[in-house]
Amino acid sequence: MSARDTPGTRAVSRRDVSGVHPGPSTATRWIIVTAIGLIFLVPIASMIEFTLRGGLGGGYTLDRWAAVFGGGLTGEYKPIVTGLTNSLLLAVVTVAVMLVLLVPTMVLVRIRFPKLQRVLEFVCLLPITIPAIVLVVGLAPVYSVVARMFGSSVWTLAFAYGVIVLPYAYRSIQANLQAVDVVTLGEAARSLGAGWPTILFRIVVPNIRRGLLAAAFIAVAVVLGEYTIAALLNRVNLQTALVVVSKADPYIAVIIALLALLFAFVLLVAIGRIGGGPGSRRRRTAPPAAPAAPTTPLAPATGAAEPSTQEAALR
Amino acid sequence: MTSTTLPRARSRSRFAGSGSVLGLVPFTAYILLFLALPTVIAVGTGFFDGDGALTFDNITALGDPVLLATFGNSLWLSALTAVVGALVGALFCYALIGAKPTGVLRSVVDAASGVLAQFGGVMLAFAFVATIGIQGMITVLLRDRLGVDIFANGVWLYDVPGLILPYIYFQVPLMIITFSPALESLKPQWAEATAMLGGGIGSYWRHIGLPVLLPSFLGSLLLLFANAFSSFATAAALTSQGSQIVPLQIRSALTSETVLGHENLAGSLALGMIVVMVVVMTLYALLMRRTARWVR
Repeated sequence: MSARDTPGTRAVSRRDVSGVHPGPSTATRWIIVTAIGLIFLVPIASMIEFTLRGGLGGGYTLDRWAAVFGGGLTGEYKPIVTGLTNSLLLAVVTVAVMLVLLVPTMVLVRIRFPKLQRVLEFVCLLPITIPAIVLVVGLAPVYSVVARMFGSSVWTLAFAYGVIVLPYAYRSIQANLQAVDVVTLGEAARSLGAGWPTILFRIVVPNIRRGLLAAAFIAVAVVLGEYTIAALLNRVNLQTALVVVSKADPYIAVIIALLALLFAFVLLVAIGRIGGGPGSRRRRTAPPAAPAAPTTPLAPATGAAEPSTQEAALR
Repeated sequence: MTSTTLPRARSRSRFAGSGSVLGLVPFTAYILLFLALPTVIAVGTGFFDGDGALTFDNITALGDPVLLATFGNSLWLSALTAVVGALVGALFCYALIGAKPTGVLRSVVDAASGVLAQFGGVMLAFAFVATIGIQGMITVLLRDRLGVDIFANGVWLYDVPGLILPYIYFQVPLMIITFSPALESLKPQWAEATAMLGGGIGSYWRHIGLPVLLPSFLGSLLLLFANAFSSFATAAALTSQGSQIVPLQIRSALTSETVLGHENLAGSLALGMIVVMVVVMTLYALLMRRTARWVR
């Protein structure tokens, strides 16, 4: 991830410090990586083994996987289909909420209200401090009002998800936004007669496309993994459906969990590719980023410039 | 204040029109409605009883031995898994020093850490039931091959001790995510300087590496603590009865149908959690301010 921060330093560190290389030897590295990696693979291997078990007769069978891929998600497995559909819908609406509310605000603050930058950062990182379970306590009454206005269909949860996604979305977009001189570009466009919408959609958005994509992917991953809020507000999403189904048929639940895991992994590899791709090199030609102020509460030291594609972890 | 700063800003930039303040309205309204208001309600309900009268009963109820024990469980579980997670994660980060940042290893580790840290939910409960459940792969292996019964003293998987391994499982990846940037901020010049002054790897780590990394390490440790403390899904999916940690206690207060007015207890529990989180995050911010000297 910091490939993007200091592409130069790393190359130097490998060439020049060979005498007192502070890092491990190649052998040490692979021993540590392999040992910890193997330990972390055990639960996943156990899940796979579990789904292949042959039941009372013993032995192993591929029947359940065949059933899932053969369109076997009917009857008592229906909740999973509902949950998956709901989660995908929620992911789309959450990304939309994020794009419509957060992005224009970030651009506006950057161009017109630089003094509010720190406030915006603080607000956006705040949800890390407030556990989802605490948020739920207060969201219950809010949602009784929301239900009266919009009905109680599942997409309304996206309002709450927009909040928990905020820190990750903010960090991804901010990292990209800092590398682009939005103010100068905006003024140039302005002097050529462009209005706000033109500046936003034809100047800024194309320039921060990578940040937006990373933010969207992270939002999708967070929404697919969300359980707390949906469970306590009695809505069905992928995770709550998995819990319900696991009580009737743990095998199918574990298979779906494994597939979701694989999907999230592929998604994050994609983010990594986007984040570390050629676009990150643009940073070098960009003017020095605004003095990154890591003193802001909650922002990890390297925070301001860190793409933080995996900050989702902080949940 | 705005009246004095705006004209100046206007003369420097071409973005005229104070109408752009309106542009801040939608986001502000959204934050007020879905972040500020719920937080205030959550904390506020703790100060009222079921009929809406002001009371401190719910706050004093936090002194109840059962609730104190719950907070105690949450605190030691979070502390233990944070320390173990931080140490193992830091070891892994150490192994990554000098690995090619765009290489396959880093790509896979980054993505896997992201997924596994996210994994801290329902799926994690499934994974550990499949691993060390009563018929779990490891349980059966140990029993049949080595004659070791990990549940000889009762099934602990569904109690607080059962949460330790799953929590560590999402703490280590989180540590890797938050701590590896700090290791990358170690400047190669420092190693050169050490070498020039005749120091070896040992003195490099003792006098430079470890002191510089310590604040970051402690900062990540605090983050891990906060992460475990607020985690809900794993415990909820793993333990169907009992409420041995605070988030589960909040659930049972919220969903309690037998005792009316219990949802207000959820409010005071939420207040308790926020107090702990504010303490942790303040420490974190202070540490980060210290670290800031060394990065960049």
